[in-house]
Parts: sequence; C-alpha cells; structure tokens
Amino acid sequence: MENREQAVKRRLTRRHRASRWFRRISGLALLLAVAFLMFFFYDIISTGWSAFRQAEIQVPVSYTEEVMEIPAMAVPEAYEELVSRGWIRLLPRQMRENPDLLGTERREWVVASAPVDQYLKGRYATLDDEQRALVDQLQASDQVRLGFNTGFFTHGDSKIPEISGIWAALVGSILVITVTFLISFPIGVMTAIYLHEFADDNWFTQAIEVNINNLAAVPSIIFGLLGLAIFINFFGLPRSSALVGGLTLALMTLPIIIISTRAALAAVPDSIREAALGVGTSKWRMVRDHVLPLSLPGILTGTIIGIAQAMGETAPLLIVGMIAYIPDAPSSFTEATTVLPAQIFTWAGMPERAYTSRTAAGIIVLLAVLLTLNATAVYLRRRFERRW
Amino acid sequence: MSDGMQAEKQIESHPRENRTPLAHGPDTHATPQPKEDERLKLQVEKLSLWYGQSQALHGVDLDIHANEVTALIGPSGCGKSTFLRCLNRMNDLIKEVRVEGKVMLEGQDLYDPKVDVVQLRTRVGMVFQKPNPFPKSIYDNIAYAPLLHGMVRKGEECDELVESSLKRAGLWKEVADRLHSPGTSLSGGQQQRLCIARAIAVNPDVVLMDEPASALDPVSTATVEELIHDLRKQYTIVIVTHNLQQAARVAGYTAFFYLGRIIEYGDTSTLFTNPREKRTEDYLTGRYG
Repeated sequence: MENREQAVKRRLTRRHRASRWFRRISGLALLLAVAFLMFFFYDIISTGWSAFRQAEIQVPVSYTEEVMEIPAMAVPEAYEELVSRGWIRLLPRQMRENPDLLGTERREWVVASAPVDQYLKGRYATLDDEQRALVDQLQASDQVRLGFNTGFFTHGDSKIPEISGIWAALVGSILVITVTFLISFPIGVMTAIYLHEFADDNWFTQAIEVNINNLAAVPSIIFGLLGLAIFINFFGLPRSSALVGGLTLALMTLPIIIISTRAALAAVPDSIREAALGVGTSKWRMVRDHVLPLSLPGILTGTIIGIAQAMGETAPLLIVGMIAYIPDAPSSFTEATTVLPAQIFTWAGMPERAYTSRTAAGIIVLLAVLLTLNATAVYLRRRFERRW
Repeated sequence: MSDGMQAEKQIESHPRENRTPLAHGPDTHATPQPKEDERLKLQVEKLSLWYGQSQALHGVDLDIHANEVTALIGPSGCGKSTFLRCLNRMNDLIKEVRVEGKVMLEGQDLYDPKVDVVQLRTRVGMVFQKPNPFPKSIYDNIAYAPLLHGMVRKGEECDELVESSLKRAGLWKEVADRLHSPGTSLSGGQQQRLCIARAIAVNPDVVLMDEPASALDPVSTATVEELIHDLRKQYTIVIVTHNLQQAARVAGYTAFFYLGRIIEYGDTSTLFTNPREKRTEDYLTGRYG
C-alpha cells in the first residue's frame, strides 16, 4: 500500500514537470512568433515612415514666355537640381490652363528633388558641395521643409521618385478586388450550398469535392496561366485590366470560399434543419431562412480571408500583365491597371534610393488595407452572431 | 433539389387549396363513436426500411387511431425512432435510405411519388428529442411556418395565431410579456413546449414526438406530459419514449418494438398489465432494454 502511494507520488511529480515544460515550450513558440512579427513591423515602419514626409522647397518662379519652350527656365539655375523635375515638366501645362500666370513672378513651395529629400532625411544624397551649401542656407532661412507627403496618396507611379505615389495602385486594387468579390462570393457560396445541402453523395460530387480541395492548394501562378489562356487568349479581354486581374483572382479565391462556406454550413446543427423541415419548409427556404443566417458569420470570415489573400497576391497578376509601369489610376474595369503588391514589387526593383522607403511605405498601406479588411471580418462576425 | 423547388412554388401559389379539410377538432370526442375504420388516422402496411445494406424495419404493420396518443416503446436501436420518422418522411433526408411498404394518411399513401413532402409535413408535424427552437424570437418561432404557408397574414391575424398556439401549448402565461426575446432564452422544458406550439401552429393532423421529454427535468417532464394528454383531443399523437411510466401515463395505445419488428400492439392498459408475448413481458419487467 505504502509503495503504491509513493509510486503515484513520484509519477505525479514527473507529470507536473512535464506539463510545466509543455507550457513553457508553447509559450516560447508564441514569443518567437511575436518577436518575428515585431521585427517585421519595426523594419517596415522604420524604413517606410520617412516616405510619408516629403521635402518641399520655396523657390522664386518666373512664368515667362520662355518657360513654355524650356520649362527649366522658370527657376534660377542654382535651384534647377533642387526642385523636382516632375514639377518643372508640368509648368507649361499649368500655364496653358491658367493664362493669367504669364508674366508673373512669385515665390512658391514646390516639391523638392529626391536628392534634397534624401539629404534632409540624413541619407546619402547625390548633391555636390555647392548644392549642399545652398540647401543648408535655405534651411537656415526656413525655405526648405519636410511636409506631409500628400502626393504619395494622390499620384500614380512615376519614374521620378519624388512624385511617385500609391494612388493608382490603390484604385487598381479596389477595382480588382471588386471584380473578384462579385464573381467569387455568389458563385462560391451557391456552390457550397449546393454541395452541402442539395447534392447527393455519389462518386461525381466526391470527385468535385476532391478537385475543389486540390484547387485550393494549387500554386497561384498556375491560376495566372489559366487566366491568361482563358480570359485574354480565348475571350480576348484587355490585358492588364482590372477585369482580367479580378477574374483570375476569383478563380483562385473560389475554392477558399467554397471550402470555408461548407465548413460554416456543416457547423449549423442538423436539429435546426429538422426543425425547419418539420414545419413544412422547402429545402430552399430552410437554407435561406435558417441555415444561411446561422452560417453567415463563418461565410463572411472565410470570404474576407480569401479576398484579403487575393489582395496580396502578385504571381498570377504577373502573368496577365499587371506587373508593369502603369502611372495613371484606372477609371474603368477594362483599362490597364496595377495593384498594390504589384506596385511594391515594381518599386522594390528600382535603382533610386528614394524608392526604398516608398517600397516600405507601400507595404504599410497594403498592411493597413488588409488590417481594415480583417477588422471588418471580426466586426461582421460579432454583429451577425448576436442577431436574432 | 427540383422537388423542393416545385413544392415551394405550389405551396406559395395555392396555400389553401392544397390543404385537405382538417378532420380533427374538439367535437370529435363528443360525437358518437364512428366505425373503427374511420377512426384510423394512419395505416402502416408492411413498412420495411434499409440504411444502406442493413435493414432497420422488417415489414411493420400498425394502425394509428385518430385523437389518441400512441406510444412506441422498445429497447435502444429497435427501430422505433426510425419508424416514427417514416410517418412524415423525415428519413428522406438521410442518404442511402430505402423504404418499402405503405403509410396511408387518411387513405393516401405518403410514399406515393405524387405526394408533396413539404405539404405532408404541414399535416404531420414533429417534435424532436432535443428542444430545437429556431434562433429567433418566441413570436417568430411560432409565426414562421404559418406565414410561410400563407395561412395567416402578418399583423393581428398572426398575433392571434401565436397567442392561441402558445395557449394550447400551455406556455402563454409564461412568455406573454416577452414574445420578442429569443426562443433559446427559455428553460429546456419551456423550449420544448415552444417547439410543440410551433408544431401545432400550422394545424397538423398528426404530431410526431421523438422522446420529447428525455432531455427535461422531472417537473418539466410532468408539464409536457400533461400537455400531450390534453393535445390528444385535437390531434393524433405518436410518441416515442424510453420511459415506460410515461407511455403508461399518456398513451391510449402502445406498440412494443424489438429488432425492427412490432412484437405487440394494443391498448396501453392491456399491454402493460397483461402482455400476450413473453418478450413484451420481459421488457416491461426490465429483463432487457
């Protein structure tokens, strides 16, 4: 008797120790994951933060007849390298649109060139000593400043780093995702409803199911090839357009939505289905009035996760021509479009230093959009779960 | 799928024409007893059922009397729930189920391909083992089906039906002041009575009950039993129960199922006090089951 008690006690100590270890190891795993995430955020934000501020410079601008021919004549020669070429280039157009400017001379705050921007931010800058001295002098007299970079949010891409922005890509992403959602959500949900609530369980539906599960695991670039073959080559839809991009991503998102919708439908207890059928509802009304409202939170969560994934997808869009230099925001679904991850990819490959921080800033914008989407998912889930 | 769709269309376009006149009412008991045949609500003939390869029911014959409570008893897995679910074709939902034989509801075979399952289930209602109110308000739980079938219009007519259904289920007093709180906020016994009220709101001929009190505490069980006893005046009730005392208390007729067959069937008092079959006696005295 004594012996057995001792043995139990000894084992108990060991078991407690084992559970403590398990707890510690799993805690460590969490810590590691959080550490990676923190490092990622720190790196991105510290690199990208400076892109939200942009150097501006106050220069005397003279709107003369010559400027129409040689725009650079508008500013004194010493300033020529300090102001953005993008701004200089637009001067003739500005004068044409606003004829009153002709013959006037005024001091204006204009976007500074990338080297000035880099110099003010304390990074390596391709300015010679003379230019540095001038910038220092202007800074002393408050004629140079770092202001909020509104241009980053209102411009499209540009080969001139200081006037390149995320706007075109943001609009493109929204258009592409709209197409993706409009196609994949109704089709995906209806497919899942059919498979789960109506279809017989036979070899055919099983084959379909296996295929859907497989599709969810297919590398996304394959969907790009599929999109190219079907939408561009066969249907002849315009290359690089939001329509083609959205359709291609819809192909990729469909299996995710189908699978998550099926899981949400399976989570609705059969007792609810029986209750509905027991009072003489048809199957369709049972689904519409009882099963769908209950599974809606799950369906929405799955859909938003699928959409968020599509939003961050780059590879399939590469194939349908959306990873390209596209400076203007699209105004329709058939115009050439770029998207956020594509823009990030493009900037990451640019040689100028100013693009480094813009790449990171683009990532911050993308993350913010994804975070908003996921927060919406959580909100919708809470809201519909409480609904009676 | 197409069946369901068509059924829905029919129900919605001719909500009333499709319904046969209801044969029940409190008067039935007062009038002189009609002939035995006419008082049969359901006649089951040679009903066999297979789940895939295994046979669950072996040629069951049973006559169910109108305005009576018929109890189905027997050990677990004897097929009594399966049998019950044949009476409103709830088994159709289970894949790989095959049914042979006839179930006649007032002379019409339920398994006739022409029968509309959706309409059938408004005539043969069901109450399940676990209370399963819709996750909606108490009011909507009752009003859902009658509104869907177009039996009542929204508004006063519907309010009246909800009230009368809840009264018939003996739940009105308890919930009158909170009709719009969720049905799931009620206690288990109240939920089950809500489910009964929901089932009788569409005015069915028959109400099937699958161990309606097995998930309830003794006090709620007593309330539900009283309710079943009262409802017999207006509806034909078939109840599956594990509780022999319950069968004895509420049922006029009792059928004893064993291994997918009916061993003995008769009025409850005879079956309980003087069983013909040895196996019935063994079960009733607790030798197996």
